[in-house]
Amino acid sequence: MTTEGNNRSRVLLIGLVVVAVVLLGKLFQIQILEDKYKINASNNSMVYDLIYPTRGIIYDRNGKIIVSNKVTYDILVTPREVTPFDTLMLASALDVSPDFIREKMAEYSRNKKKIGYQSMVMLKQIKPEVYMKFAELQYNFPGFRGQVRSIRDYPVNAGGNLLGYVSEVDQKYIEDHPGEYRPGDYAGKTGIEAAREKDLRGEKGYHIYLRNSKNQIERPYKEGEMDKEAIPGKDIFTTIDADLQQYGQELMRDKVGSLVAIEPKTGEILSLVSSPGVDVSMLADISQHYNEIIKDPHKPMFNRAVQAPYPPGSVFKLVNGLIGLQEGTLNMDIAYPCYQGYHFGSHKLGCHSHASPLKLEEAIMMSCNGFFCYVLRNILENKKYKGIDEALDKWNEYVQSFGFGHKLGSDFPAELGGTLPTSKLYNKRYGKGGWKFTTIISISIGQGEVGVTPLQIANLAAIMANRGWYKIPHIVKESEGVEIDPKYHERQYTMVDTTNFQKVIKGMWRAVNNGPGTGCTAAIAEVKGLDICGKTGTAQNPRGADNSVFICFAPMDDPKIAVAAYVENAGFGATWAAPIASLLIEKYLLGETTRPELEERVMKGNLMSRVKTYN
Amino acid sequence: MGNFSDRGVKRSIDWKLVITYLLLIIIGWINIYASIHSSEPSSIFDFSVRSGKQFVWILTALGLALVILFAVNPGFWRSAALPMYLFVLILLVVVIFVSKDVKGSHSWFEFGPVKFQPAEISKITTSLLLAALLSQTNFKITRLKDFLMAAIVIGIPMLVILAESETGSALVYAGFLFVMYREGFSGWWIFSIIIAILLFILTLTVSPYVSALVLLGVIAVTGLVGSGQIDYRFWINLSILTLLCLAPWLFGKLATPEGFLSRIKPMYILLGVSLIAVISLIIKGYKDRRKHLSIAALGLLAGIALIFSTEFIFNNILQDHQRKRIEVLLGMKEDPSGVGYNVAQSMIAIGSGGFKGKGFLNGTQTTFGFVPEQSTDFIFCTVGEEWGFLGCLVVILLYVFMIWRIIIDAEKSREAFTRIYGYCVASCIFMHLFINIGMTIGLMPVIGIPLPLLSYGGSSLWAFTILIFIFIALYRQEKKYY
Repeated sequence: MTTEGNNRSRVLLIGLVVVAVVLLGKLFQIQILEDKYKINASNNSMVYDLIYPTRGIIYDRNGKIIVSNKVTYDILVTPREVTPFDTLMLASALDVSPDFIREKMAEYSRNKKKIGYQSMVMLKQIKPEVYMKFAELQYNFPGFRGQVRSIRDYPVNAGGNLLGYVSEVDQKYIEDHPGEYRPGDYAGKTGIEAAREKDLRGEKGYHIYLRNSKNQIERPYKEGEMDKEAIPGKDIFTTIDADLQQYGQELMRDKVGSLVAIEPKTGEILSLVSSPGVDVSMLADISQHYNEIIKDPHKPMFNRAVQAPYPPGSVFKLVNGLIGLQEGTLNMDIAYPCYQGYHFGSHKLGCHSHASPLKLEEAIMMSCNGFFCYVLRNILENKKYKGIDEALDKWNEYVQSFGFGHKLGSDFPAELGGTLPTSKLYNKRYGKGGWKFTTIISISIGQGEVGVTPLQIANLAAIMANRGWYKIPHIVKESEGVEIDPKYHERQYTMVDTTNFQKVIKGMWRAVNNGPGTGCTAAIAEVKGLDICGKTGTAQNPRGADNSVFICFAPMDDPKIAVAAYVENAGFGATWAAPIASLLIEKYLLGETTRPELEERVMKGNLMSRVKTYN
Repeated sequence: MGNFSDRGVKRSIDWKLVITYLLLIIIGWINIYASIHSSEPSSIFDFSVRSGKQFVWILTALGLALVILFAVNPGFWRSAALPMYLFVLILLVVVIFVSKDVKGSHSWFEFGPVKFQPAEISKITTSLLLAALLSQTNFKITRLKDFLMAAIVIGIPMLVILAESETGSALVYAGFLFVMYREGFSGWWIFSIIIAILLFILTLTVSPYVSALVLLGVIAVTGLVGSGQIDYRFWINLSILTLLCLAPWLFGKLATPEGFLSRIKPMYILLGVSLIAVISLIIKGYKDRRKHLSIAALGLLAGIALIFSTEFIFNNILQDHQRKRIEVLLGMKEDPSGVGYNVAQSMIAIGSGGFKGKGFLNGTQTTFGFVPEQSTDFIFCTVGEEWGFLGCLVVILLYVFMIWRIIIDAEKSREAFTRIYGYCVASCIFMHLFINIGMTIGLMPVIGIPLPLLSYGGSSLWAFTILIFIFIALYRQEKKYY
């Protein structure tokens, strides 16, 4: 054992020496043999000067700039280098109060240890004019310098919720994106800025300078050979039509709700308005306004267009009608009576007065509630299915195929999916067998447990326009170096045949174009020659007056645009939503409105007082 | 009695070890001062900065050393090994749940301004328990049951520390393999484990191809050593093998991008070669009744399986964040705190020191905050920059001397407990030395562990002081009575 042990201890000692020789060998290499690591004999060190890339520009679909960059300056202080200076002169040069500078300097001297040789940002985003004034006097203030910073500039008022904002990353954001950000970096947090953050941000670069042991910068290291230039962010071409977006913003001014327009053939989002929104004038420096925005009772940061689960109201009748046709429980010749509504037991689901009995086309044109109660009843009490559970789940499957009840999967961040009832939900609520058609009758007219986002009903309008399919709505176009998910090129088919859509669309056309006084619900949306097809909705809002809803597309043959307007507490679909949507279509297809009085009424209309806030 | 203890104090303590220890802590102290000097110029005794605090740590550490040498009965360490081990194990687990996240690891207890890492103490208690276990008279490491016991003693704290995301400290425990080797554990196993780790790292950091090449080389060489008979046929085989392995590289030189040759993946050729090698080794081994050939074939198969499963698991099974973590650990990708940047900065700092260094307090790289953690994990940068190659040589020689001396003392000891504990101490210091200095000069991935006795920090200094002085006390006790 002892000799064996000695042998082994010898092996270990040899190993120790070998490792020591390896370490010393490597040290010999980097300290003596190679001069890659020696900066030079005069005892210098390197300074990394970071260069921030310019962020990519955001264009609209026609090549118009909607977000670009502009130059501002930050004033940096390196407290260690500061010598006594004239506070008043500096204050007037920087356009701030002398007290502000005194306070800052006092703060730096309190944190002297922590700051060390670092530079601190004393003033953020000062205008070039102010900076010029400072630059002339700068020699008086050693330790102070200006640093160029590019911030976002918004030539078009396209709405803060659509564009999104860029702000400094916080600790949580850095942790959520490991390896991508460092403190002081900026990132897009919402909207398009967030959707395409990876493309827009670019890559940081640096200059390396040599610094002597007195901490003075001497010259570029290796003549700048090792420097890395910043790579500017990629430009993004969006599907947005800037003029249309701005027009939509104006139409929705002083109203709460959303206005979404989609190009049906491509699924490209033409405009996406959520009102009230964050004003673009606040976006560039959002942290300054953050408290004000957060405190606004109308929640401007809440992007209603993609997040709010609204009841769709009568707009949803289109979906139920189509399902009935597809299931064979409804055809064009069936007529149902409606005497001020659908009566069951001692209850009734009310309706307005109109001719009775009527068929599908008229029922859509006049938006008859009673008719669609029969439609849903026949779907749910179809003998084909074992019971109402199975029939409802089949119905759910149909509705899902229209893009409801789940996220559409658009490239716009923070999209939500709305709600859609299943048999499981009702079984849980009422017990198995504890509910029947009349229990859930309100879903036949798009009330009750059905919750949809404005983006989803705009997509429904696109489905109607395409007669049965849609492409997932998206906001970024493919361009050089910017790829989009191939799924945005694929047609998503609904479970309803194209032929059935033709029948319903006739009703939508008549709802708009049948002529005033014939009982059609949306005569106000008619524009001669545009063949707008639409459907109104008036959705109950537990918080005050009804919501006004309208979806439409135009022209009927070869549709170019599909629109959904949703205005909270605005009353009938025809009062506000229909004119707003039809004006938007007119603007898009004709370039300007033929109905200036209507445009004026809409733009001047202020509905904010009707809206109950959440506080 | 007085005479006896006088003789004891003077002669029985290994003064050379103590002096080496003192030299190292003083070198550490001076360099901590230098590393913070330029950004916070003040006296070396200024208690508001790290050099002043380190002075306090040093004084308390010396106090601890005196207590261990003169106030504690050396027999205590052996008898209390198990309870101490269990207690520290509990601390190790508890710290995961109560500690704040420090750069992704959960390993620090915080009591106001005082922070300490149970992982540091755990080295001591594990060493003590391992020594107590292995020194039992009926303990035989070659027996599977006994080996497993030892593996458990080492493995449990190691795994818990891994769970704390303290990979560096966990890696130190691999050093206990050397202790096991010394106590009779098969060297071939140690060799295989080291090769397996090497292949794992090579597969991920370089390429499976290079990893497989290394495997073939190792098998060939060990086959050669194992067989003991080298004839002309062996050399022919070896040269054919080498040529085949180089073939892909040759093809790469010859092939045009569209050509046939470029479509042959090097890995396939290598696989073919390995397959032929395995079959011929097995046949030859069977024919010649030579066991080592069959073992070589098995080793080759196991190695290839390891390489492929490593690659497969890494690319297909691991989640993104787990992959990222390993990449960062192996220094393959820059992490948020910029691992690649750190190594480059640290190598520039050390490299710029040259032969003689820039002189005390004249370093620029380490003092302007380019090198992160400059007074803790990267303290060796300051040594390299300000004292140059000579300084590094002195520091490394001091460590080598210390480890050497401990091993020699351990071998001289008549008590198995003292011997084994000595080897544990030597292994710990060795692992820290190798990983830490290896990291600062780019030989090892960036794994944050301190340089023993040099790095700033009370808990590390205390732990190594206790670790070393328990050994000195144990050794002294023997000399006193034998």
